[in-house]
Amino acid sequence: MAIAFDVAAQGLQMATVLTLAPCLVGLVRKVKARLLRRRGPSIFQPYRDLLRLLRKETVLAENASWLFRSAPYLIFATTWVAASLVPTFAAGLLFSWSGDLIAITALLGSARFFLALSGMDAGTSFGGIGASREMMFASLAEPAMIMIVFVVSLIAGSTQLSEVAAHMLSNFELRVSFGFALIGLAIVAIAENGRIPVDNPATHLELTMVHEAMVLEYSGRHLAMLELAADLKLLLYLSLIACIFAPWGIAPAGADLRLMAYGAAAYVVKLSIGGFSLALFEISTAKMRVFRVPEFLGAALMLGLLGTLLLFVSRGL
Amino acid sequence: MPLTLALWSVAALLGVGGIAIALNRSAAATRIIYGLCFGLSLLLFVSAVIPRGAVALTATLPLGLPWIGAHFRLDVLSAFFLAVVNLGGAAASFYAIGYGAHEKHPSRILPFFPAFLVGMNLVVLADDAFTFLVAWEFMSLSSWALVLAHHEVAENRQAAFIYLLMASFGTLALLMAFGLLAGSLGGYSFTAIREAVNEPWKFGPVLMLALLGAGSKAGLAPLHIWLPLAHPAAPSHVSALMSGVMTKVAVYGFVRIVFDLLGPPAFWWSIAPLTMGAVTAALGILYAIIQSDLKKLLAYSTIENIGVIFVALGLALAFKANGLALPAALAFTAALLHAFNHSLFKSVLFFGAGAVQNAAGERDIERLGGLIHPMPWTAFMLLGACLAISALPPLNGFVSEWLLFQAILLSPSLPQWSLKLIVPAVGAVLALSAALAAGCFVRAYGVTFLGRARSEAAIIARETDWWSIAAMSALLALCLLVGLLPSFMIDTISPAAKLFVGGRMPAQAEIPWLSIAPIAESRSTYNGLLIFIFIGISAFLTARAIHLFASRVTRRGPAWDCGYPDPSPLTEYTASSFAQPIRRTFGNLVFVARDHLDMPTPGDTRPARLGVEIRDRVFEGLYAPIARGVGFCASQLNKAQYMTIQGYLGLVFGALITLLLTVAIWP
Repeated sequence: MAIAFDVAAQGLQMATVLTLAPCLVGLVRKVKARLLRRRGPSIFQPYRDLLRLLRKETVLAENASWLFRSAPYLIFATTWVAASLVPTFAAGLLFSWSGDLIAITALLGSARFFLALSGMDAGTSFGGIGASREMMFASLAEPAMIMIVFVVSLIAGSTQLSEVAAHMLSNFELRVSFGFALIGLAIVAIAENGRIPVDNPATHLELTMVHEAMVLEYSGRHLAMLELAADLKLLLYLSLIACIFAPWGIAPAGADLRLMAYGAAAYVVKLSIGGFSLALFEISTAKMRVFRVPEFLGAALMLGLLGTLLLFVSRGL
Repeated sequence: MPLTLALWSVAALLGVGGIAIALNRSAAATRIIYGLCFGLSLLLFVSAVIPRGAVALTATLPLGLPWIGAHFRLDVLSAFFLAVVNLGGAAASFYAIGYGAHEKHPSRILPFFPAFLVGMNLVVLADDAFTFLVAWEFMSLSSWALVLAHHEVAENRQAAFIYLLMASFGTLALLMAFGLLAGSLGGYSFTAIREAVNEPWKFGPVLMLALLGAGSKAGLAPLHIWLPLAHPAAPSHVSALMSGVMTKVAVYGFVRIVFDLLGPPAFWWSIAPLTMGAVTAALGILYAIIQSDLKKLLAYSTIENIGVIFVALGLALAFKANGLALPAALAFTAALLHAFNHSLFKSVLFFGAGAVQNAAGERDIERLGGLIHPMPWTAFMLLGACLAISALPPLNGFVSEWLLFQAILLSPSLPQWSLKLIVPAVGAVLALSAALAAGCFVRAYGVTFLGRARSEAAIIARETDWWSIAAMSALLALCLLVGLLPSFMIDTISPAAKLFVGGRMPAQAEIPWLSIAPIAESRSTYNGLLIFIFIGISAFLTARAIHLFASRVTRRGPAWDCGYPDPSPLTEYTASSFAQPIRRTFGNLVFVARDHLDMPTPGDTRPARLGVEIRDRVFEGLYAPIARGVGFCASQLNKAQYMTIQGYLGLVFGALITLLLTVAIWP
């Protein structure tokens, strides 16, 4: 019985992240529109977009290979697994130990690897420019993320997210390095999800796009998979920030149904706050030039490094 | 028994070299020789992995210097490296059965290939300094001959010359290291060296000499300059051996001297390997990312991986010196596992590069493209190898990287301030080079295999032979296996860790679900198998569900490309434009890169030109002055050739007087 409950909780976690992800993107769009004094589409519009894409036929470029056709599913599956490894409403789920924070970062790296390759597959110049820029951003965002992982796990004594959440819940304290990690993680999240000021998810202005340039040749069900993967990635980063820096409400390992429901409610509140702050940040800033982005990400890397150094020097900082 | 088997196999390999000379003109020579090499390498591999007692096996043969003899020993460390060498050797021999058929002058390669294998095997088996150095030199010279196989190309001759110089320098450094270790009594057997108590002043020089000697063979910066020249010059199966295996033999040399022979370490020993390793890793991958020669790119990436291994070894030294046995075992395991992993995926990559070169007659990725269509198998194998080398889960490269990061996370417990400051920076550099490696291999793979063909050669390319594909798929399967079930590899390494750093990681194979959990207290775990199954199931189910319930209509059409697709492959993104953002971000610091834009004025019809100037700081800063110095001394000495007879007699007289005075004054 207990194992059935554990499996159900794990399955629920996978279903939760999948169903909430488009909604979160819809929420960010809605809030942005309202802040700009537009009415904006309903927060459920992303679901309709996905359904419409799924029903359409898929047009493949003449030159597209098997990699182009299988990559969307791989990217989606990898991102989905990574997102399900982050505790959302409950920690210590059945398979939560199969990957730690470093593995989650690397899984996102795998998804990015395939995305960049599929951008290059059609042999167009836009695909190449997108792939090249994405890898340049990643070459700074990923080490920044690893350094933030170092800070978090040096404080919590583990790279396992469930352990981190449990540690933060039991002895939460304000630390300098913790603040550095939060700012760094926010920068990385913005860059990795291609939000303003790094990239603009709503643009097709040719010279500025990064993520859109890579998926330019995709259509129909393949595009739906990639859109869903991008939504999942945004959800993943917000859940990650929530899990590490605001773990309140997360049901501990072995919790019953009531605690989990409480955790789910807290999670929805946290996501809404995260989506709202993202929208607020996005409308209050302008997109930066591509070659300013390394400086932006370099700041995250330096914050992470500084945080790690502080913790090496003294455990209390 | 295993040692006897190993030594007989090595002797037989030497005999195969002789047969190769005899079979010089025969058409079937290639298959016979490589087939024999394959079989003997497998035998050697078996002798490395069959269970032995905990005690090391030793043998003494009446070879070499008459009063010493040649000592051989098979302990846990040499058995591990023996397995690495012969796994790579067997795969390269098998690959060469197909690949060697394309060779124009097989007689330039066949005799030296088994000799090269003999050299590498004897280095890891040697148990006295004399045998070690002879085997080391044998390995260097036979690989030098292999680099010279295509000596009609001027570049290859220069590469071989520089390789020979660096190899001699490395051997000289090792010779002096062993000389210092053996002391005035000249106990050259490793047993005698191990038992001798070294005076403290010796530690620094021996450590430095070992770093220089082993590092010059492994490709540690700034001694790496020969790798990107020599590895592309050799035939691809030899490049795979040199890059994947010979560099590991050098790592073995370093581990043997520093962890075993030199005695208990002090903390400052770790600083040089840590910093040199980190610099090597960053420099290697930054150079790799701007290369357009496929094999040169792979050679630079080898340099990066060697840097990672040396960082892990440095960490192990630091932990061992402070008596932290468990973290030391973790770092040591990460180093050996990464050495093993790198030998697997780098061999696949070089095999693939060789297949591409044979198929398209071209190694310059700027003139390739779209090879995934004519060469689907090679493309698939190389995709796997690129994923593995970019340290992406669920393949093996990620596992060793993950272990290394876990070791770094334990290093705040190191008491020394210098290490507290160095280790986080080294960690950041490692993370940076891992991310850059992913960019580097996206570029290499994307430009070579994806997109449209950029030249006629890439259009007419055909799939490579089945021998090569079998060799690549076997190694790739091992990459996946080690990535999914790393616990068995970790348990295999742990006796070596126990012997050399005094601690062992908790037995991993007993952990439920075959996870790995290096440190019990931190509860950090990773399970590649489960992640692989999850990704596989969710990708499969999603694809099934979409094809069942949503649209499965597919149509082929011209690429969209924002409405202006251009049929010419000239409009494709090139390798150098792919690298441009990264070159611009990191380039000014490392390569002193400068772009020169020549833009004609309006009305002028000449084309605009963009030139990029990249300088090699290591070569210009270190090697060019040395070369100039040698040139200056040579031209000064040249004057001695044109002296009168009185002049020569005066010189002889002066030399005699100086020598006599020295003898007289010497206490």
